[in-house]
Amino acid sequence: MSVNGKNRYKSLLRFTTAGSVDDGKSTLIGRLLYDSKSIFEDQLEHITESSRRLGKDEVDLSLLTDGLRAEREQGITIDVAYRYFATPARKFIIADTPGHLQYTRNMVTGASTADLAVILIDARKGVLEQTIRHSYIASLLDIRHIVFCVNKMDMVNYSSEVFRDIKSSLENLAERLAVPDVYYIPISAKYGDNVVDKSLNMPWYEGNTLLHLLENINIPVNKNTGFPRLPVQTIIRPLNDEYHDYRGYAGRITGGIFKPGDEVTALPSMLTSRIKTIEAAGKQLPEAGEGDSVSVTLWDEIDISRGDLLVHSNNIPKSSQDITAMICWFNEKNLRCGGKYLLRNHSSETVSIVKSVSFRLNINTLEKEPDIDVIKMNDIAEIRIRTAKPVWHDSYRENNVTGSFILIDEGTNETVAAGMII
Amino acid sequence: MKINSEHLRELENEAIYVIRETAAQFEKKVILFSGGKDSIVLVHLARKAFWPARMPFSLLHIDTGHNFEEALTFRDNLARQTGVELIVRYVEDSIKKGRVAEEQGINASRNKAQSVTLLDAIEELRIDAAIGGGRRDEEKARAKERFFSHRNEFGQWDPKNQRPELWNIFNGKKHMGEHFRVFPISNWTELDVWQYIMSEKIGLPSLYYSHRRKIFNRNGVYLAWAPFMKLRPEEEVFEAEVRCRTVGDITCTGLTLSKADTLEEIVTEIAATRITERGGRYDDKRSEAAMEDRKKEGYF
Repeated sequence: MSVNGKNRYKSLLRFTTAGSVDDGKSTLIGRLLYDSKSIFEDQLEHITESSRRLGKDEVDLSLLTDGLRAEREQGITIDVAYRYFATPARKFIIADTPGHLQYTRNMVTGASTADLAVILIDARKGVLEQTIRHSYIASLLDIRHIVFCVNKMDMVNYSSEVFRDIKSSLENLAERLAVPDVYYIPISAKYGDNVVDKSLNMPWYEGNTLLHLLENINIPVNKNTGFPRLPVQTIIRPLNDEYHDYRGYAGRITGGIFKPGDEVTALPSMLTSRIKTIEAAGKQLPEAGEGDSVSVTLWDEIDISRGDLLVHSNNIPKSSQDITAMICWFNEKNLRCGGKYLLRNHSSETVSIVKSVSFRLNINTLEKEPDIDVIKMNDIAEIRIRTAKPVWHDSYRENNVTGSFILIDEGTNETVAAGMII
Repeated sequence: MKINSEHLRELENEAIYVIRETAAQFEKKVILFSGGKDSIVLVHLARKAFWPARMPFSLLHIDTGHNFEEALTFRDNLARQTGVELIVRYVEDSIKKGRVAEEQGINASRNKAQSVTLLDAIEELRIDAAIGGGRRDEEKARAKERFFSHRNEFGQWDPKNQRPELWNIFNGKKHMGEHFRVFPISNWTELDVWQYIMSEKIGLPSLYYSHRRKIFNRNGVYLAWAPFMKLRPEEEVFEAEVRCRTVGDITCTGLTLSKADTLEEIVTEIAATRITERGGRYDDKRSEAAMEDRKKEGYF
């Protein structure tokens, strides 16, 4: 395994799709799968039959992604569905998320693991509140690549003026949200224009098709640049004669590269040692970086347990019992100010109290609403939290592993919020 | 054949992370072992995740009694070689106890009855995490599945009210009597699994390779003939060169006519195929939501 954090790009692209019910999102995904020949004969036979049963004239490609009975009956997507396809150039994982307002939480979920977001806009309607919402969520989750697909171009006579106007509004939005890498493509998911094949109906568009873009966009493996951290998941202790004193600290590296010989500090104990070996299934590695599941041994026996962080001694993350974070509320029960929740940050857990709500964000207008302290399901807000023990963390922008957390309701065990530390 | 090892490495890293989380968050953990390639890959990943220590899981096999002989032999050898405890529970016992009725008729299968035996075993052995080889690309209800999938005290899945799964933070908190199903290879496709088997040189039951077998054709699906199978008058048993794409209960495992008898040939065949892996599964052909319904009841 050779690791070079600087020049590695992802060969597996994870992207999320957003758009409202009628924007044709499922149709677009169906079209991507169909035109890239990722739909199998039995699946096609199946949806052809279902389309006929539902009384449709044409094969409804959206039936491919709507997996639950209730979704097919209501013709809407309820939950995040994951889809897989590959072209000779790359492999893709799509998190297909619902577009309704009441499913903001699902979009946040889908966006949390995505490298790129595809956001659909209906060419007839232009930039709507939901477009702002979808773009904001993508930027909130720190997705750095957004592809705006202006869909249903067939219904506006493939007009270049319509596209140009929408594109200019989108450019304003992208600037406001400070998204670094943005693309605009006029498409018709229903007829396939500019999805996989270049549209003959829009000769005025000189850019790439959606698939071409997805295949060729460079996404660095090391999004979390800077400083390596190893959140310890479990300690490997064989306790047999051959490996009598073996202690492996197992976890997935984030933020940078570890090498044998590196001086490291264990948190929260602040004890230091040097890395003896970095191993993956018995194989010793010269170095390991972002995303690698490894087991690390140290020269000194120091006390480390699950939930601890191993970091380079020359860059130690912040520690605090007072956390300010943007959250998305996920639960039907409102957030309680003064309420206690379990906070899980990577593999570490601590009890916490929500001290105050700084503001709720109106995600349709991006205005801050400071005087609101009732936070309901799907709301996004900035809150202050006090934790029982110090939380070692980075800001979410610096590292989305050590900078993210979830809140768990101790009564119901449900995940009630997703948090990004500021 | 060029294998993109970068993406396999990412999938492996992710699976090992999930397996280690399962070990850390639960008390009594098992790998649901069917003798099929996905569960064999899981065992391989679990061994890697804890090397040089032994994996903290037992293997649980729910035996329908309608097995391919080769899969059972492979199972026993694997348990012996790895020193991992193998627990077997039998659908036959559930039928005898009256917990579930044997299906009748031509298409009778014990595939569905497995859920009852599985849930009974989970209760009996106080299992709180059952690790399975389910993949989201297999079937549309599975596409909605979480890595950590909550089951209530009746073992049921509520697909419309699943816990959100953010980043890689998995919430395995539960009340007494509830359990989790964990799917470490959720994001793998069939081709990923085969490429991984090839690059890691993982041994498989001989069923996966081309061999001669007595088969018959039922509604376009080739099924293996076994003495307990009931045939329709028009169904004729003949010998052919076949291999399995999935290995499950013999009554519902479709066979592929194939001469592929090396991993290279199999990977080439899978990469070119135009039929899904479960296209040959008789159990999924029962209705549009067959898998969703079985999963809600507690199926794998």
